[in-house]
Amino acid sequence: MSLAQFSKTAIRNLFHKPVTEKYPFVPKEYGERTRGHIENDISKCVLCGLCMMRCPSHAITVNKAAYTWQINPFSCVQCNYCVEGCPKKSLTMKNTYTKPDTQKTSVVLKYSAERIAGEEARRKAMIEKAMAAKKAAEAKKAAAAQEAAPAGTGKAEVQ
Amino acid sequence: MSKISVVPFGPQHPVLPEPIHLDLVIQDEKVLSAIPSIGFVHRGLESLVDKRDFKEMVLVAERICGICSFGHGMGYCEAVEKIMNITVPDRARFLRTMFQEMSRLHSHTMWLGLAADAFGYESLFMECWRIREKILDMLEMATGGRVIFSICDVGGLRKDVPDEMLAEFDRRFAALKSDYDHVTEIFLNDDAVKSRLCGVGVMTIQQANDLGCCGPFLRASGVRRDARMTNYEAYGELDFEPVTANEGDSYARCKVRIGEIYQSIDLIRQCIAKMPAGEVQAPVKGLPDGEYMMRIEQPRGEALYYVKANGTKNLTRFRVRTPTFANIPGLMEIMKGTEVADVATLILTIDPCISCTER
Ligand code: SF4
Ligand code: SF4
Repeated sequence: MSLAQFSKTAIRNLFHKPVTEKYPFVPKEYGERTRGHIENDISKCVLCGLCMMRCPSHAITVNKAAYTWQINPFSCVQCNYCVEGCPKKSLTMKNTYTKPDTQKTSVVLKYSAERIAGEEARRKAMIEKAMAAKKAAEAKKAAAAQEAAPAGTGKAEVQ
Repeated sequence: MSKISVVPFGPQHPVLPEPIHLDLVIQDEKVLSAIPSIGFVHRGLESLVDKRDFKEMVLVAERICGICSFGHGMGYCEAVEKIMNITVPDRARFLRTMFQEMSRLHSHTMWLGLAADAFGYESLFMECWRIREKILDMLEMATGGRVIFSICDVGGLRKDVPDEMLAEFDRRFAALKSDYDHVTEIFLNDDAVKSRLCGVGVMTIQQANDLGCCGPFLRASGVRRDARMTNYEAYGELDFEPVTANEGDSYARCKVRIGEIYQSIDLIRQCIAKMPAGEVQAPVKGLPDGEYMMRIEQPRGEALYYVKANGTKNLTRFRVRTPTFANIPGLMEIMKGTEVADVATLILTIDPCISCTER
């Protein structure tokens, strides 16, 4: 009885289309929600480093000084946690898997040259402003000290 | 009587999906006793609580196992939610139950395939895994992952599942029943399968209780104990009765799992039918402070999650007792007196998951 049962399946399988797909000759279609790999739109990223702090597998490295955002897609476990935490919504989870590779190559994204120049200028301006503010504060302090000095002598005279 | 000898079995063995090592003390092809050793795939996941905050730990907890991943994430979340007094929205409770049952379904189907493979039934193995693929496809459609779903979160779920998708699932599950009828028929009625399973590795009700077994292994010995009876998540609102068998042998374990397959399909369809509308994520405020022990029923049996927190973002202790850990003493007991050739199938009948056990 059971033999007949299974021969039915065996015969059906002979004439059916295979259940498996002929990957990679037939491209695989992924569902809309499939968590495949992480992509970052670097033009929106502000290098805040939140994704680096959140990543449970330490796949992301953010280097503010060098203006780079780096991911090792082979360390990433596709948990989507970084995407949920990105304040600028620059990270997205794509539905295709990371391409195979012979070594664990990292993806390094860097700000564009204009953006780096802009950032540098902004940083320079900020530093200058801070320096100027510091200088002004020092000058104010010195003036206050000078003003206070006669009062001090006055006090001494009273004594 | 020939002399007693010790034969090593595993950690690498064609029938073992995962590494467990046994020293089989044998005499005349009969196993006198077995001494297990584990520890080949220990990862130290529990101690990661020091380095990952309590929300990140959900993702770590899920990765304890590749098969019952949803349950591990859910058990952990439930424990943390109990500490923080969070009420999970109804829709999230039902969806969690649905995902948990889908995990059970694909786990048991995988087990059927592995069992078929152990008997040498290659095409039956592939038939089972073909069915399992349909469930994995649905899981991927809903959560984005095939085995690691990353959908459970403290307070509910990260994503909602739209109603149209649920309706589609309902249709697919209804159709799945006939696929199962076809393969389970062979497991339950085929003479060759029966000759490998019937009367092999009998565990009495007394032994099952004394050795603290759990899951289908326990229920196949006639004990009506299932953590789902504690009515966590939405189980209290579903029509649920644990599947049991009385024989206590390998065939009974197979029968219980097959019964649970049909029961899971039924529970999933009940969940879909009763699915409430609304939010799936409750707001999470503050940090956990306190301790809690959560029991849930995983495909392989009852799992315990102990969580202790002291009001900081990192937990102080996280402990998982997985079902296979509880079933290993029982396994050693049923092996006594069996043929060496049956050892491989006996190990399979407890559906071991060694990665879970070692975390
Ligand atoms: S969290 Fe977003 S904005 Fe911040 S560094 Fe990461 S990708 Fe850039
Ligand atoms: S998806 Fe998860 S593992 Fe991958 S980079 Fe983001 S946080 Fe890290």
